[in-house]
Amino acid sequence: MDDLLQEFLTETVESLDVVDVELVKFEQDPNNEGILANIFRLVHTIKGTCGFLGLPRLGALAHAAETLMGKYRDGSPVTGEGVSLILQTIDRLKEILEVLEEQQAEPEGADDDLIDLLDKMSLGEQAAAVAPAPAQPVAADPALGEMPEVGDPVLNIVQRELKPGEVTLEDLERAFNEAPGPDDFAAPQPEADLVAANDIQEPVPAAAPAPVVSEVVAEKPADAPIAEKRSTADRRKQERRTEAAPKGAVKNQTIRVSVETLEQLMTMVSELVLTRNQLLEMVRKHDDSEFKGPLQRLSNVTAELQEGVMKTRMQPIGNAWQKLPRIVRDLSLSLDKKIDLEMIGAETELDRQVLELIKDPLTHMVRNSADHGLEANSDRVMLGKPEIGKIVLSAYHEGGQIIIKIVDDGRGIDAEKLKAKIVERGLASEDELSRMSEGQVQKFIFHPGFSMAKEVTAVSGRGVGMDVVRTNIELIGGTVDMTSVVGKGTSFIIKIPLTLAIVSALIIEVSGQRFAIPQLSVIELVRTHGEAGHTIEMINDTPVLRLRNKLLPLIYLNKQLNLEPSAEVAERKAGKEFVIVTQVGSQIFGVVVDSVFHTEEIVVKPMSNMLREITMFSGNTILGDGSVIMIIDPNGIAQNVAADAGAQAAVAAQEKENVSNDQADLTTLLVFTAGSKELKAVPLSLVTRLEEIDVTKIEHSNGRDLVQYRGKLMPLVCLDGYDRTSMAGKTRQPILVFTDEDRSMGLVVDQIVDIVEDRLVIEIQSDVAGVLGSAVIRESATELIDVAHYLPMAFDDWLIRQDRKGAVNVQKNLNLLRVDDSAFFRNMLAPLLGSAGYHVTLAASGAEALALKDRGIVFDLIVSDIEMPGMTGIEFAEQLKFDADWGDTPIIALSSHAEPEIIKKSKDAGFHEYIGKFDREGLVETLREVRVGMEEAS
Amino acid sequence: MSEQAVRKVKNVPMEEFVTVKIAGQLFGLPISRVQDVFMLKDMTEVPLTIPEVAGVLNLRGRIVTAIDMRKRLGLPARADGEPAMAVGIEMDRESFGLVIDRIGDVLHLPINDFDANPVNLDPRWKSVAQSIFMLENELLVLLDVDRVLDLGDREVAA
Repeated sequence: MDDLLQEFLTETVESLDVVDVELVKFEQDPNNEGILANIFRLVHTIKGTCGFLGLPRLGALAHAAETLMGKYRDGSPVTGEGVSLILQTIDRLKEILEVLEEQQAEPEGADDDLIDLLDKMSLGEQAAAVAPAPAQPVAADPALGEMPEVGDPVLNIVQRELKPGEVTLEDLERAFNEAPGPDDFAAPQPEADLVAANDIQEPVPAAAPAPVVSEVVAEKPADAPIAEKRSTADRRKQERRTEAAPKGAVKNQTIRVSVETLEQLMTMVSELVLTRNQLLEMVRKHDDSEFKGPLQRLSNVTAELQEGVMKTRMQPIGNAWQKLPRIVRDLSLSLDKKIDLEMIGAETELDRQVLELIKDPLTHMVRNSADHGLEANSDRVMLGKPEIGKIVLSAYHEGGQIIIKIVDDGRGIDAEKLKAKIVERGLASEDELSRMSEGQVQKFIFHPGFSMAKEVTAVSGRGVGMDVVRTNIELIGGTVDMTSVVGKGTSFIIKIPLTLAIVSALIIEVSGQRFAIPQLSVIELVRTHGEAGHTIEMINDTPVLRLRNKLLPLIYLNKQLNLEPSAEVAERKAGKEFVIVTQVGSQIFGVVVDSVFHTEEIVVKPMSNMLREITMFSGNTILGDGSVIMIIDPNGIAQNVAADAGAQAAVAAQEKENVSNDQADLTTLLVFTAGSKELKAVPLSLVTRLEEIDVTKIEHSNGRDLVQYRGKLMPLVCLDGYDRTSMAGKTRQPILVFTDEDRSMGLVVDQIVDIVEDRLVIEIQSDVAGVLGSAVIRESATELIDVAHYLPMAFDDWLIRQDRKGAVNVQKNLNLLRVDDSAFFRNMLAPLLGSAGYHVTLAASGAEALALKDRGIVFDLIVSDIEMPGMTGIEFAEQLKFDADWGDTPIIALSSHAEPEIIKKSKDAGFHEYIGKFDREGLVETLREVRVGMEEAS
Repeated sequence: MSEQAVRKVKNVPMEEFVTVKIAGQLFGLPISRVQDVFMLKDMTEVPLTIPEVAGVLNLRGRIVTAIDMRKRLGLPARADGEPAMAVGIEMDRESFGLVIDRIGDVLHLPINDFDANPVNLDPRWKSVAQSIFMLENELLVLLDVDRVLDLGDREVAA
């Protein structure tokens, strides 16, 4: 392509981007003449260059826009429509430029529509309208700006924030204006605010640049007008200085270098780094080599060179933000929301490769914040917040990384709403969610396919959401995290490496092969021991490591890479493993390797296309000794971990579903041992958490063992026959925590064996208190523990302990409906009722029970709670009393209240029996009676 | 027609071919595609990759992906200790090395005298063989370098 045209394109595209930003600023601050002058000048330059290069369409458009801006500069009120129109024009210019770049010619077509509108606006907005002149090509050669500019006082004028070409062009323009010439056109004056009382622009013959050149370079007073002009220029220099001051210090001691040249330079430096590393490796082997000194120098120089070249690739992050003010402005119009976008640290530099890659995610996130982060202005006022929502975008360096924050003061992410959505999408079950912290729940917005927007708007909520953002950021070795406070706002924190080309990596070995792991994702190294201390433990063949009271999932790298563990290595290690604690995003896991060597600065080389499918590797590199090694991608490992975990979660969710569909048939049981070797089990649904407590933390009070748990004292209970002294010998004690409402009890166990889902059939009833009976679970005889027996030991008022229960002859299953709002009691009694020979259906409320009735399901017996939110048990019974289908079904009240008044009331309502919640024997007895009565009746 | 005889014939378009031996079979590669020939040493195996990729190695600062031609052609693996060589090929700005047993002479052959692949040729061979040249003593299989390196689809399938 023509060099001149190429240069024009590059500069013009850049200028237009600046205009975009400046216009938005201008709209907010219409009195800032500095901004306007800047915009005006940029557009004017474009117009001028277009004329010179023979690009009529661009020229005409730029001219019309310039005219309108001229009016603004002359004091016309600035309107939103006007600015929108100019922005539209800028967009059109960009479109044309795109085609121009491809075809090297302006596309066919007319822009009369825009030009007419612009002209109309210019005319309408100025009383003393100067007729908009047709596009006035200004003969100017941008290349002139490249003239040497050292030492000339006049040059101070051009030493401001502009590209050389533009500056000189303007100087030219000014010179032209004052040069004698025919007054054919009356056109708005580009620098009218500066060049006082000179409103005439003369067309200038193409040869005109010459005098200016002489002015600039030779300071030869070519002709009077220009010499005269000098004083004006000097004066203006002062004004311009003050104008340019806030824009910063980007002086134009710069040249344009093609990206390709830089890339090549970078490659060469990378090679140099490699060669240096090789030399260092060689010299390391010879202690007193004469090469040592020079090599040290070479090493230093190389490091500096590397740094220098890296710097050339650095670009201010502001380049990636440039389009944001415009986007936010357009958004605020289309959403009818006033939004204030603040950008801090735009000068923070990072590698251009990285910059390119974060551009889109950043844009997406800012859009998100504007669209669903911020409330509508009216809502904000109602909430007592400042009317205008604010988005603050900031960037800064921190320890080899760049931190970008996007903070809004909007509504925040409502964890409850999110939960509903998560459940609806089947991403996690309610049970799982209830165990998660708010922060963990909020992180679900990064889950694939998750979109928070209630409805899809034009702006966002199209399903490609934050997960794509996260993937993109993680691809470049970055992380993204989020915190959100409902009503206060949301902040996203992105951490990305400064550069991707050279990274510090840990060289490790597994199965005799060496690999590199980027240091950035490595948190620490842990050495496990065969004996005490760090030991690798297994949970159902899943290796884990206890690390500072947290469970660290472990991944054997050799398994991930499909490498055979070498027997020799296994022998040498004897249980001693290296664990690389790695963090990817919020996920922390340990990677087990055979050996760890050292860290090395490695030059990441892209992998062959043939190997790119392997997600475990992010690239390869040549080490100091000349060998090629693969670079492990922690993201790849994390994905594999997550994929496994995801599959498990999916299975678990599926299982849960089965349970709810066929609740009485399948029960998930937690199998454990306590006291003896025999397996014991409790329904998992009763267990709130599995905890491990520090034995030294166990306190004794009032004859009980207590432990501080979540800010409260939690009683510890041992199974009958459990030797309490055995606790003393341990350092950590696993317990099962049972919680109802705000009370918790810890059941002391020895070991959690497994979690199984099975048909629960109690085959042998037990006479021992605390044991419901024995069942075959996964082909082993297992004692089913009666939690109800132990609860009263913890809290006397929770349930009153009953010693034995009457044996029930199990003959035929009767259908029983259990209505209770407390999930705990609902589940607790299910095994008991099951063992009494009932097929139990659960309902959480009266309404839920009535829904079953409406579906035509018939039960033999109903057991209902009295106190329930919404419909009470009494109301429920009253509804059933005269019901055609359920009117004859015996209904038993189960309540913790025993006041005669309530008992009477419930009898009146239609309850056949009234049993205390704690009275298990009474319940069993009653159930038996009901059963016998029914059998007799039939 | 002997080689010498071929060479004597004037005005016949000739081309040069690098010949290599793989499991006793003679193969030819257009000389224009061959960058260099090197000994295979210090190669790093790449886990999880397709069997055809023998590994990666450093060739004067470039990382070369080595393709095991025996695997590519479905031939038995080379016995341990037998030295291997590689023919350097460049494609799409990437460097590859075709691992072969032995390098042979460079032959001038008339490009018009190549025969089409016999129909009963093993499909695996057919996919990489461009044509056959009948030398006096043996047959030369001309390899289509691009197709040899076209492992993409197979990779997806695997």
